[in-house]
Amino acid sequence: MRTDLHVSGRALAKEDLLRHYRVMRTIREFEERLHLEFATGEIPGFVHLYAGEEAIAAGFCANLRDDDYIASTHRGHGHAIAKGCDVKGMMAEIYGKATGICHGKGGSMHIADLAVGMLGANGIVGGGPPLVCGVGLKARVTGTDQVAVSFTGDGGSNQGTFLESLNLAAVWRLPVVFVVENNGYAESTAPRFHQSGIDVAKRADGFGLPGVVVDGHDFFAVYEAAREAIERARAGGGPSLIECKVLRYYGHFEGDQQSYREPGEVENARATKDCLLLFERSTVNAGIVGEDELRAIDKQVLALIDEAVAEAKQAPDPVPADLLTDVYVSY
Amino acid sequence: MTTLTLAKAINEGLRRAMEDDPKVLIMGEDVGKLGGVFRVTDGLQKDFGELRVIDTPLAESGIVGTAIGLALRGYRPVCEIQFDGFVFPAADQIITQLAKMPLRSLGALKLPVVVRIPCGGGIGAVEHHSESPEAYFTHTAGLRVVACSNPADAYVMIQQAIRCDDPVIFFEPKRRYWEKAEVDTSPEAAAGWPDLHTARVVRPGGDVTVLAYGPMVRTCLEAATAAEEDGRSVEVIDLRSLNPLDTALVTDSVRRTGRCVIVHEAPVYSGFGAELAARITESCFYHLEAPVLRVGGFSTPYPPSKLEEHYLPDLDRVLDAVDRCFAY
Ligand SMILES: Cc1ncc(C[n+]2csc(CCOP(=O)(O)OP(=O)(O)O)c2C)c(N)n1
Ligand SMILES: [Mg+2]
Repeated sequence: MRTDLHVSGRALAKEDLLRHYRVMRTIREFEERLHLEFATGEIPGFVHLYAGEEAIAAGFCANLRDDDYIASTHRGHGHAIAKGCDVKGMMAEIYGKATGICHGKGGSMHIADLAVGMLGANGIVGGGPPLVCGVGLKARVTGTDQVAVSFTGDGGSNQGTFLESLNLAAVWRLPVVFVVENNGYAESTAPRFHQSGIDVAKRADGFGLPGVVVDGHDFFAVYEAAREAIERARAGGGPSLIECKVLRYYGHFEGDQQSYREPGEVENARATKDCLLLFERSTVNAGIVGEDELRAIDKQVLALIDEAVAEAKQAPDPVPADLLTDVYVSY
Repeated sequence: MTTLTLAKAINEGLRRAMEDDPKVLIMGEDVGKLGGVFRVTDGLQKDFGELRVIDTPLAESGIVGTAIGLALRGYRPVCEIQFDGFVFPAADQIITQLAKMPLRSLGALKLPVVVRIPCGGGIGAVEHHSESPEAYFTHTAGLRVVACSNPADAYVMIQQAIRCDDPVIFFEPKRRYWEKAEVDTSPEAAAGWPDLHTARVVRPGGDVTVLAYGPMVRTCLEAATAAEEDGRSVEVIDLRSLNPLDTALVTDSVRRTGRCVIVHEAPVYSGFGAELAARITESCFYHLEAPVLRVGGFSTPYPPSKLEEHYLPDLDRVLDAVDRCFAY
């Protein structure tokens, strides 16, 4: 049996492959479970699910160190899990509980954990890209070789903040990577209604940074593009823009009627280009990973998510006094 | 008379305005095909076409800026901001351009732009999705700022706002979108409706004046009913317009009752209530039996749903302030 898989001539060791699979499976299970739990009415607020897009978060974060940073979006669960946020803490947060990763003060759309370099999901579309410029500038000025990655949607790529950030990062040669997750819709609106040009990646040309398009369903394609861009950034070669073409499996938010979809769109994607399916096919066919090993991971992940949900449901709510804490640092 | 929800009443008002004037346009994120996240523009693109109900890119500053350009060329654009918190990316164009151009042109330029903003909490959403940003805009000279509280009023107010030649920031209480009431959609009713910039006594009373607008009007009416059981006669005023303010109606009421409580969802600190309290104190000083009291949100970012019931002013907090008024 082989022990590694070559991506553009580089070896990915078996244990790494299993680790990446676990990340993607954890995100998928987390989201599939939230889809079911949300329907019961127990989860408050808005929840935007990342199912279908797992290869992007996993592919980028696989190339990041613990001391690198990411800035996420309203659809942030996948990024948070891939960067190493505590899954149980995240679940409790989404349930609004005091045991949540942000003590129940953030909810789905504002999950953050600075300790693992997760600067936060963001309720404002376009809120994240400028933040990574600052994080990148700090790294450049103080000579650390940290990298910062921002995730943005196709819709978000039309905000001024996104375009301002491309320019800033290029002018200052920042160690930053801009990822555009082009999942075919900004809420209900397809790119042909809101986006000039077919590829967002082409916008990079105008700002003088490399821009590439990759298949966001294909972990290895994402991984390779991410590796190249992150290594370049780390070595002082400046920013990049990577557009990942992908499809989200659920509605814009849970409860969305999705009247804008083409018939069979999601079923087709699930059957033919699902990231977990593709990953399994290439690793198992190459004889590196056994199906049984993947099923074992599936089982462990399922158990983790079961526990996370059960614990979140049991956990205490925040108390009214929590309303007024943490607004300012104490002094 | 027809029974309409608040959302549907605004929808009908928009439809009427578009029928009346071909220069009225609607623009915003997901307003066309989808009909808006709260379905306030539902069906309008189907009936008026893609050139009059425009699905825009996700770019609030661009949306408002484009609307300004359209208004400069004779149109009457109505921009939808999806949620209150998303008006901040557009604040640049609203504050630096929209509010300033009429003066800059010595009145030669009219800017009949309406910016519709679903506002306030109560639907279990989080920060950026539950905010009450009215004070940022009342603080900006050159903007008219109004807030509707019920379907019948909203139906007419949106049409009046669109007819107004000045920019209007139009707040819609999102948690009241689904509340129903009888609405008279006849042209006569609309013609006889009070002006956009008048306040209204929605419940007469003699002991204390309670001032509210938007989502809090209903809360205050419920508090007034509860106070009646304690033998207190509460007058509730729906301000409707925050800028300009119907100062005459407000001061008449407070001079009569001698007491005043102001209620809004926005944080009390530097909220619109501060302006009201100062004005009332200045103009009703010798009639006041007690200081003007304010009830509102706390100085904290809007909390997630498990805490929002503690954050939002409710019947008890309004009644408590009414009680405190009588303690002097
Ligand atoms: C400034 C701002 N405007 C509007 C919204 C409402 N909104 C949330 S997500 C979204 C669509 C985002 O589309 P995209 O960037 O493609 O991300 P996706 O949801 O597809 O992941 C919109 C309009 C928001 N949260 N912030
Ligand atoms: Mg999208």
